[in-house]
Amino acid sequence: MTRPVPPLEPTHELSVPETAERTLANGLTVLAIQRASVPLVELRLRVPFAEADLAGTSLLTQTLFSGTADMSTVDIAAELQSVGGALGAGADPDRLLVSGNSLAAGLPRLLDILADVLQRATYPADEVGTERDRLVDRIQVAQSQPAHLARVALLKRVYGSHPYATQTPEAADVKEISPEQLRSLHADRLRANGAILVLVGDVAPDKMLEEAERALSTWDGGGRSVELPPAPALVPGALTLVDRPGSVQSSLRMALPGVPRTHPDHAALQLANLIFGGYFSSRWVENIREDKGYTYGPHSVVEHSIAGTMLSVSAEVATEVTGPALLETWYELGRLASLPPKDAELEQARQYALGTLQLGMSTQSGLAGLASTYAGYGLRLDYLAEHAARLGAATLDDVAAAAAKYLAPSGGVTVVLGDADKVESVLGVLAPVQREGVRQATGLDEVAEEAPAGGGVAPGADPAAGGSAEGA
Amino acid sequence: MNGHAVQPEAVRQSTAARERVKVALVSSRSAAVDIPATNYPIERFTLPNGLRVVLAPDRSAPVIGVAVVYDVGIRSEPEGRTGFAHLFEHLMFQGSRNLEKLAHFRYVQGAGGTFNGSTHLDYTDYFETLPANALERTLFLEADRMRGPRLTEENLRNQVDVVKEEIRVNVLNRPYGGFPWLKLPPVMFDTFPNAHDGYGSFVDLESATVADAQSFFERYYAAGNAVLTVSGDIDTARAARLIEQHFGDVPAGAAPQRPDFDEPDLTEERRSAYVDRLAPLPAVASAWRVPNPIEQFSAYLPYVVLAEVLTDGDASRLVQRLVMRDRTATSIGGYLGFMGEPFETRDPTALLLQAHLPPGGDVDKVLRTIDEETERIATDGLADGELARTVARMGTHLLRDTDAVLGRALRMAVLEQQRSDPRLINELPRLLSQVTEEQIVAAAGQLRPQRRATVEVQVGNPGGAQ
Repeated sequence: MTRPVPPLEPTHELSVPETAERTLANGLTVLAIQRASVPLVELRLRVPFAEADLAGTSLLTQTLFSGTADMSTVDIAAELQSVGGALGAGADPDRLLVSGNSLAAGLPRLLDILADVLQRATYPADEVGTERDRLVDRIQVAQSQPAHLARVALLKRVYGSHPYATQTPEAADVKEISPEQLRSLHADRLRANGAILVLVGDVAPDKMLEEAERALSTWDGGGRSVELPPAPALVPGALTLVDRPGSVQSSLRMALPGVPRTHPDHAALQLANLIFGGYFSSRWVENIREDKGYTYGPHSVVEHSIAGTMLSVSAEVATEVTGPALLETWYELGRLASLPPKDAELEQARQYALGTLQLGMSTQSGLAGLASTYAGYGLRLDYLAEHAARLGAATLDDVAAAAAKYLAPSGGVTVVLGDADKVESVLGVLAPVQREGVRQATGLDEVAEEAPAGGGVAPGADPAAGGSAEGA
Repeated sequence: MNGHAVQPEAVRQSTAARERVKVALVSSRSAAVDIPATNYPIERFTLPNGLRVVLAPDRSAPVIGVAVVYDVGIRSEPEGRTGFAHLFEHLMFQGSRNLEKLAHFRYVQGAGGTFNGSTHLDYTDYFETLPANALERTLFLEADRMRGPRLTEENLRNQVDVVKEEIRVNVLNRPYGGFPWLKLPPVMFDTFPNAHDGYGSFVDLESATVADAQSFFERYYAAGNAVLTVSGDIDTARAARLIEQHFGDVPAGAAPQRPDFDEPDLTEERRSAYVDRLAPLPAVASAWRVPNPIEQFSAYLPYVVLAEVLTDGDASRLVQRLVMRDRTATSIGGYLGFMGEPFETRDPTALLLQAHLPPGGDVDKVLRTIDEETERIATDGLADGELARTVARMGTHLLRDTDAVLGRALRMAVLEQQRSDPRLINELPRLLSQVTEEQIVAAAGQLRPQRRATVEVQVGNPGGAQ
C-alpha cells in the first residue's frame, strides 16, 4: 500500500555565472554579471564605512538622494522612476550599501543619477530636517519591537566596547546632526577608492563595465582605509535578562562563536549549524516547534561581519514556556557538541546547503546580493564553487569536531527579553541571571538586502533559507 | 506555515487580467512607455480528476518552482472557526498518506529545496523551490497530501500551539500587529466572511477538532478545486507525464460552489479607532471599495496604477505632500487588496492607504489632505510624464516578481485559478501601460470620504519606552 518516495535525479553541478571585472583609475571596482532572465538590471554599490559616526551615517543614508546641484528629491525620484528605477541606501558597521534596479534599457540613466548623487549631493537643510524627524520616529517605533530590543541587548552583551556593539543610533544623537556634518561625512568617506559596484542583469557585461566607467570615472578616489579591530571573543557568563513588562512572549537569543568564510572549519560549522537549528528539518526546530509547540519561527544563523563571525540563535516563545524552551535549546546544542550526528542527518544538511546555494543564484537580485557581499570580503562568485566542494567533502568527523568546538552551550552567551517578573525565577533554576531594564537607546532596521529564497520579513517556517543578509 | 503572506508596506505591486484593456481612447493620454514584456511559454491542461495544471519552462537556471493552490481562504471558513483556513494549512504539513510527520520537510530540504505555505483571503498556497533534479520527488509529495493529510489529535494540538505563537509574534507582542489587514475589514464590511479575523481567536482555534479538519479537507481540497504549477528548468513533455503518473489517481472531486461574498458599497463614512498598548506613534488606514478585480478588470486596473501615483516613492503625490511638504505623516503607503496583492484577490476588495504619523500627529488633517490630493487629480489630471514614469516603475516590480521561479509559479497558479488565464503574466506590463490618464482621473474621483472606511491606531505607549 505504501508508495515509495521517488529518488532524486542526478545532481547538476553547481553552475556559477561568469563575472566581468574592471577597476577604474579612481579605485572603484566594477563587477558585471549577465543574467537575461528578465529585462532588468540590479545595482549594488558597497562603500567601506567602518568607524563612521553612527548617527551621521544613519541620517546620510536617508538624505543621500535628497538633492544635488541640479536636482531636487522629487526630480531624482521622478527621473529614476522614468526608467523604472529606484535607489536606496542603508548601512551597517562595515559598509554603506546603495541598492537599486531599473529596466535594463535604463542602466545609463540609473548610473548617471547615482554618479550625480555621489559627486554632487547637497543635503539641503529643509530635506535634512524632514528626514531627521522621520528617522527619530522610526527609532521610536523600533524601540517598541521586541525583536529589535533583543538584538540590541545581544549585540551589547557580545561586543562590549567594539563598534559592533551599537548598530543603531540614539534619537538624541540623530537630532544633533547638521547638513554640514552630512556633507563632511560624505566628502570624507563616500569615495570611490575601495568601493565595489555590482551590476547584474540583461545587459552584456562589457556594456555594463563601459557604462559604469563612463558614469563613475570622475567620482573622487581618495578616501582612507579604516580597519576595525577584530571582534572580541565571546565571554560566557550569567544569562542577561532584559525586562519588558507585559510581554506575552520571551525573545530567546544566544550567540556562539563562528569563523569567517575562508576558515577551514567554515563548511563543517555551517553543516553543524544546520543539523542543530539552521533549517526547518533540524533537531532544535523539530523539538521546540514540531514536538512541543513552544514557538513559531526559531532560527539559527551564521552571521558574518568583516571583523568577526558569530552564530546567532533566536526564538520567540510563549512566556509560560520560557524556561523549558531555553532548556531544550541548550540540550540540543550540548547533544550535538558532545555526540556525533548521524550520517543521514549530515547528508540531508549537505544537500540543503548545496541546493540553496544554487537557488540563491537563480535571480538577478540574489546574484547581485551574493556578488556584492562576497566582494566586501575580497571574494568573488567562484568562492561558491570552492565552498560547494568543501561542503561536499566535509566528513562526519569534521562536523562533529566543529560542533564540539563552536556549538557547546558553555561557550555561548544567552540573552532573554521578556516579562522578567514572570520568567526570572524559572531562568534562575537553569543559570545565574543578571537582570536589566530595557535600554532607551536603539535604532532602526536597515533596508534589508534581498535574501535568497525564503528569507525576508516573514518569520519563516524555513529559517535557514534566507540566511543572514550576508548570505551563505 | 507562514500564516499570512502579508506585509503590505513591503509588498510590491504585481499584475494580471482576463478581459483585455480596451485600446486607448484617441483623446486620452496613456503612459505610452515601452515596458518590455516577458514571453514565458505556458502550457495548460486538466487531468480527468479535475486538477488544472500549468507548466512554464525556463531553462536559464537549474531550478524549479512548484506551487499547488487551493481555492479556499479566510473568507470561506465557518463561523465559530475563525483562523481555521490557516490552521488547516499548517495541518497539511503534518504528514500524509505515505509520509510520516516531519517527512515532507525533510524530503524537500534534503533535496536542497525550500518550502512554505500561506493562507490568503481567497486561496491557500503550498510551494517549493528546488534544484531541478527534485521534480519527481516534489510532485509525489504534493500529490500525497492532495490525497489526504494525516489528521490526528496530537498534530492538531501541536499546531494550535504553533499558530498561537505565530499570532503572538505577528500581532499580540508587537506594535501595529494586524494593522491594517485585520483591523480594517471589520470597519468596512458587515458580513462574517469579509469582516472576521483571519488569524482567528484563541478560543476558536482551541475549539477546532479533527472532525472539523476532515470535513474542511473533503469540502475544499478536492482535485477540481486545485491548480498545480511547475515553472523553471523542466522538459514539459516529461513533466506532464510525471504529473499524470503522480496526480492521475488522486480521487476526482469537483470544486464546491463559491458563494458570492459581495457587499454593498458604503454610502457614508465609517470611522473606528483602537488603542495599541505597544504603539509609540499614531497611524491611520483608509479603504475604498474598487471594481470587481476579476469581472471588471479594465475598470479595476486604473486603481492599481492610482495607488502608485499616490504613494510610490518621493515623487508620488502623497509622499510629496504629506511626508515632505506638510510633514503630517512619517510614511504613507498605498496598495490594492487587504494583503497587498492586486492580482490575487477577488471581490469585494479595496484600495488602501495607510499612514504613520509623527508624535501628536493629527489623523483628521491627514485624511483631509488625502481628500484634497485625490480631488486635485480628479480636477486637474496628471502632470506631464507622471503616468509614464509611475507605470515604468510598476513594470520593473512586475518583472522582478517573475524573475524568481517561485514568484512566477505562484502568480500563474492564482491567475489560472481565478481567471483561467495564466498567460496574463506575460500581458500585464502592456496592460498597465495602456491605462489612460482619463481612467486615473475617474478613479481618483471615486475616493470620496463618504465611501471610505477608516481605522485609527491610538498611541498606548508614548515615547516608545517599555
